[in-house]
Amino acid sequence: MATKLFASHSPHIHGGEKTHRIMLDVVLALIPALAVSTYVLGWRVLFITAVAVVSCVAFEWLICRFLLKRRSTICDLSAVVTGVLLAFNLPVGIPWWIVVIGALVAIGIGKMTFGGLGTNPFNPALTGRIFLLIAYPVQMTDWTTGVPDALSGSTMLADVKYAPELVSSLNFTEMLGGVMNGSMGEISAIALILGGLYLLWRKVISWHIPVSILATMAIFAASVGASYGGAMIYEFPLFHILAGGALLGAIYMATDYSTSPMTHRGMIIYGVGIGLLTMIIRLWGAYPEGMSFAIFIMNAATPLINKYVRPKRFGTK
Amino acid sequence: MKTFPIGGIHPSDNKEWSKDKSIECIDLPNEVMIPMIQHIGAPATPVVQKGDKVLTGQLVGQAGGFVSANIHSPISGTVTSIDSYPNGQGQRLTMVVIKREGDEWVESIDRSTELKRECSLTPAEIIAKIKDAGVVGLGGAQFPTHVKLSIPDGQKAEMLIVNGVECEPYLTSDYRNMMERAEMMLTGIEILMRAIGVERALIGVENNKPDAIAHLNEVIARDAYRGIEVVPLKMRYPQGGEKQLIAALTGRQVAPPPALPISEGVVVSNASTAIAVYEAVQKNKPLIERVVTITGKSLGSTHNFMTRFGTSLDYLLSFSGGLPEGDVKVLNGGPMMGRAIVDTSAPIIKGCSGITILSGAEAARGKESACIKCAKCVSVCPMGLEPYLLSRLAKLQKWDVAEEHNTIDCIECGCCSYTCPSNLPLLDYIRIGKQTVMANIRSRAIANKK
Repeated sequence: MATKLFASHSPHIHGGEKTHRIMLDVVLALIPALAVSTYVLGWRVLFITAVAVVSCVAFEWLICRFLLKRRSTICDLSAVVTGVLLAFNLPVGIPWWIVVIGALVAIGIGKMTFGGLGTNPFNPALTGRIFLLIAYPVQMTDWTTGVPDALSGSTMLADVKYAPELVSSLNFTEMLGGVMNGSMGEISAIALILGGLYLLWRKVISWHIPVSILATMAIFAASVGASYGGAMIYEFPLFHILAGGALLGAIYMATDYSTSPMTHRGMIIYGVGIGLLTMIIRLWGAYPEGMSFAIFIMNAATPLINKYVRPKRFGTK
Repeated sequence: MKTFPIGGIHPSDNKEWSKDKSIECIDLPNEVMIPMIQHIGAPATPVVQKGDKVLTGQLVGQAGGFVSANIHSPISGTVTSIDSYPNGQGQRLTMVVIKREGDEWVESIDRSTELKRECSLTPAEIIAKIKDAGVVGLGGAQFPTHVKLSIPDGQKAEMLIVNGVECEPYLTSDYRNMMERAEMMLTGIEILMRAIGVERALIGVENNKPDAIAHLNEVIARDAYRGIEVVPLKMRYPQGGEKQLIAALTGRQVAPPPALPISEGVVVSNASTAIAVYEAVQKNKPLIERVVTITGKSLGSTHNFMTRFGTSLDYLLSFSGGLPEGDVKVLNGGPMMGRAIVDTSAPIIKGCSGITILSGAEAARGKESACIKCAKCVSVCPMGLEPYLLSRLAKLQKWDVAEEHNTIDCIECGCCSYTCPSNLPLLDYIRIGKQTVMANIRSRAIANKK
């Protein structure tokens, strides 16, 4: 074999980071939450997750193959992430065919309409969830098949909304561990935090978005809690961070690359916006939970943030 | 431990391949090809003719202006041709070809090995000697050293910064110089301090070279080099970038272009350049040779050669068993900022600190996929730019927008392309944008003058 010289511009080496590896990390980070959810809610969790993942991947493949007539992009694993996140945002008792419709909206409208991974303005899994919430409100808020001993048929957020004093009677250790009514992925705070730490360690996400969302929510809730008096100044923020989709949204949904800002300062503005909107909807809006809508609204603001918030240029004040 | 403020990456340094190989002198080549441009600025003009006999160290190219550098013969022999030949990148340059006959040096050059430390010359005399000797920055940029030392009116240097970082993976020529020629280097630093009138010099060395840090400290203490301090830096690429190094050592950030380091009161010199300065000023020796690292995982052997300029790359590689078979990338420099060489018969020039050989697999570019907006390029950019955007703007040929987004600040370190999980050739496009914007700025300046 002869020697053949080849040339290109620098740099001549690559760090080895790959898109599909990043997506795989997100899936791995979600496994603890999936495991706890399966343990608490039963095998149906795995069934619904599988339906969501398979339909998301299948729709992406079909759209690439027959509508866009280009090479399929399913190998980047982003459709798998969308599938898992969509499932995590659904109640466990949801009929399987609604999940398929959610996947079609998530991938078809939320992602591929805009050109696929990296170009979609809204988080695909959230697009799917919000569509289902509006189209199938009954099935989407039916928590009766949830935790056996939980408050009847509604989530704690819905109960607390009209009776904040309930917070004092809650068992926070149980909320942390996973006996909490809600969507499949929301039930174990500790599993979600564990996955989040893994993503931070792998440098898949940075702290800016989750911390700014959760800190804003905590400060907001603490000031509202203070007005109730007593220990509510501590309990109310803790409740709002542990309840509902706060952790799932802050760690896994809001950090979606293509729908969140590019600079650290932009990420903080975005996170504060999500935190504020979530609390406003939770306390005074028509829905008990505001995380999805808050992320969705701030997704829309991301291009604007990217335009005006630039990184600090070296050598300038 | 100190380091620069924003961005940066941690590629594996791969120094172990050549760091323990002492500087070797090799048999002189039978022929050298000397390009008349081995520096930033105007090309030198040949002052010899075909058939002339030249001595080692004799002037063969006269600097073509203030921002230019003299070029001397690295061997003695006969000029056989003055013509245009391709360099390693295939670019045709005027070169003087000399066939070697022995190795007879110009008489005024002091070839003794003893250290000559005392220097009583004035700054102007020092700078004149450096200029005569054709000294340029040996870190790769090849900027004429006498220009750097000529401080503009109204500005004043407070300290000298010596770049011993060698953050580029694989390369070990600065390291070997620090280990084996510390006395010459430190004396050169004293001379540079005298030339710019400062009492203080900081040598930045990364903490992956603890023995170099220890050795320099030992020599400084033993031989009482006053005002010179070695500062260990936390390993991080591109710490050897001039602005990054100044920020790491002093905390001061040089303003965006066209500001120069002197605006923050510092002059930066490469560590190996200090040795060239010592030889030029104390030994009357022009810049005709340097240490060149020959390295790569697929080579038969690795070396740090004392190499006369104009020596062909093929000749150096013959000591390492030649190039490996298959697809090979030969780099003038290291893997992050080095330039790919397509013709290995081309000569070694002043700015060549090493030759890195990468196999096809090591240097292969991955398949490109869509930008996922992960923002990793933004967080690794040491200049605070948005590489994904600059690359896209260049692709769309939106030069004015690229200019607004400060594309000319780019130092072409390659952190963005290195990090991109979608394997996008970000820097390839940014470079095109930067060059176009710089050309636009220049033509606007000319138009404004009229």
